Amino acid sequence: MLEVKNLHVYYGQIHALKGVTFAVKKGEIVTLIGGNGAGKTTTLKTISRLLPSKEGEIVYKGENINGVKAHDLVKKGLIQVPEGRHVFPLMTVQENLDLGAYTRRNKKEIGQDLEKVFTLFPRLKERRNQLAGTLSGGEQQMLAMGRALMARPELLLLDEPSMGLAPLLVREIFGIVTEINKTGVTILLVEQNANMALSIADRGYVIETGRVVLEGDAQSLAANEDVKKAYLGG
Amino acid sequence: MAQQSKEKINWDGYLTLAGAILLVLVNVLLISGKMPAYYRGILGFVGINIILAVSLNLINGITGQFSLGHAGFMAIGAYVSALISIHLKWPLYLALICGGLAAAFLGIVIGLPTLRLKGDYLAIATLGMGEIIRVVLLNLDITKGARGLTGIPRTTSIYLVELVAFITIIFMVNLMRSTHGRALLSIREDEIAAEAMGINVTYYKVFAFAAGAFFAGVAGGLFAHLMGYIAPKNFDFMRSIEILVMVVLGGLGSITGSVIATIVLTILPEALRGFAEYRMVLYSALLIVIMLFRPQGLMGTRELQIEEVRKIFSGGGDKDARD
Ligand SMILES: Nc1ncnc2c1ncn2[C@@H]1O[C@H](COP(=O)(O)OP(=O)(O)O)[C@@H](O)[C@H]1O
Ligand SMILES: [Mg+2]
Repeated sequence: MLEVKNLHVYYGQIHALKGVTFAVKKGEIVTLIGGNGAGKTTTLKTISRLLPSKEGEIVYKGENINGVKAHDLVKKGLIQVPEGRHVFPLMTVQENLDLGAYTRRNKKEIGQDLEKVFTLFPRLKERRNQLAGTLSGGEQQMLAMGRALMARPELLLLDEPSMGLAPLLVREIFGIVTEINKTGVTILLVEQNANMALSIADRGYVIETGRVVLEGDAQSLAANEDVKKAYLGG
Repeated sequence: MAQQSKEKINWDGYLTLAGAILLVLVNVLLISGKMPAYYRGILGFVGINIILAVSLNLINGITGQFSLGHAGFMAIGAYVSALISIHLKWPLYLALICGGLAAAFLGIVIGLPTLRLKGDYLAIATLGMGEIIRVVLLNLDITKGARGLTGIPRTTSIYLVELVAFITIIFMVNLMRSTHGRALLSIREDEIAAEAMGINVTYYKVFAFAAGAFFAGVAGGLFAHLMGYIAPKNFDFMRSIEILVMVVLGGLGSITGSVIATIVLTILPEALRGFAEYRMVLYSALLIVIMLFRPQGLMGTRELQIEEVRKIFSGGGDKDARD
């Protein structure tokens, strides 16, 4: 579904990605794990074309998307939930969700998807008329994910959904990620919380200072001594 | 939160009603010919300022792009339409539209490169643009430089100003009810999220800039044909600031707010004439007081006020329908 080949990205003089290569197959949950500043967000932003790449190729559903505009990817089913949630703070929950369906016109399907989102996130339904800026961090994360679902993603890019959340909430959110995956959405999950990410992922890649240093299926990565030492606190 | 917004809605509804009554009274006076010329003049400025403030609100308030160049767009519209009237003798409406289009074109040309800039940087770039326009007008032969352009046919009537102001407001209300309006608001709220939701952020920013510039250009044209005389000093930096103050005071993003603030701020300096040299001190002091008590502007930033106006216009006015 997604192939990223030898991606090089610069911020001015800073060489942030130094040849990142990985792939996501249809139906999978794949996780990119790595410490702060490893280049995870840069990778996601480059895939969703919010950042330009200097070198390398991004192939999505068989199409090279290097030249596609960020906003045009949404119609192709490639949706990103950006790091730090980025809800529209002065709009209500409902208005945020409506904007998720911005590129779609079929009112009936949109209505059905709204119901699905409310089933996945009952708390959003309770708070549909509340301003998004007044939600708690966990609720904002749910809203950001729900809003992305309103765009009918085929491939969903999640950037650190666990950031700043209490462990119980992280568990809840990751449970929902699994649910979303079961409905047929392929997921690329970026996380510092390697433990949780590997517990729900099929496969994983470890990224360090702009390079993929290790890859494998989730269980073997979780069992790997180096990964344990570096990211799993033991 | 809900409590607070309900209060705001009521306050908004009453104000709109009061505004409508005021408008009728003013027009009855106007049509009966009982209104002194001095007041007619002020009324003309109120209308022109409403067009300017509401259109700047589209750029600054609704789309969140901090522009300080509105007087520049107004100047382009004023000069282009005036020159067309003087030299080509086209009918007024064509001159006004051409002035608006010229301003919109400039908005696009300047908008494309500068809208990549954010916040303060965009403000400085648009400020620079406004000043460049003024300096160019000062130095061209056809504009007659600092002496100004005289002999513009005084074909603008107060009714026409009122009509265009009304059209501007209707355009904005309709825009805000459409998905385009949502897209513009989402850009103000969070650009990254807007782009991530598939909104073409650059397109909409340029659109807001161009549409705002168009109306400013038309306002400039009305101004030129109301006064019969224009000079670059009519369109200096302070003019941009005046319009900005109206928008900020009314509440960024609130159309009703812009209209009310414009009426108050246009009439206030005239009403304070009795205080002679203390006039501007009082005016400034009042501004400070209002901003202290309502830092979010008279109407706040939310767009639900616009929804209310729509309901009142469409005869509804059900205060709780939103919930
Ligand atoms: N806007 C930026 N300008 C300059 N350097 C940046 C910028 N964003 C990220 N970087 C650098 O790029 C590297 C990768 O950052 P990032 O992708 O955000 O890491 P991660 O998401 O894994 O924490 C870091 O060294 C970071 O300092
Ligand atoms: Mg990151």
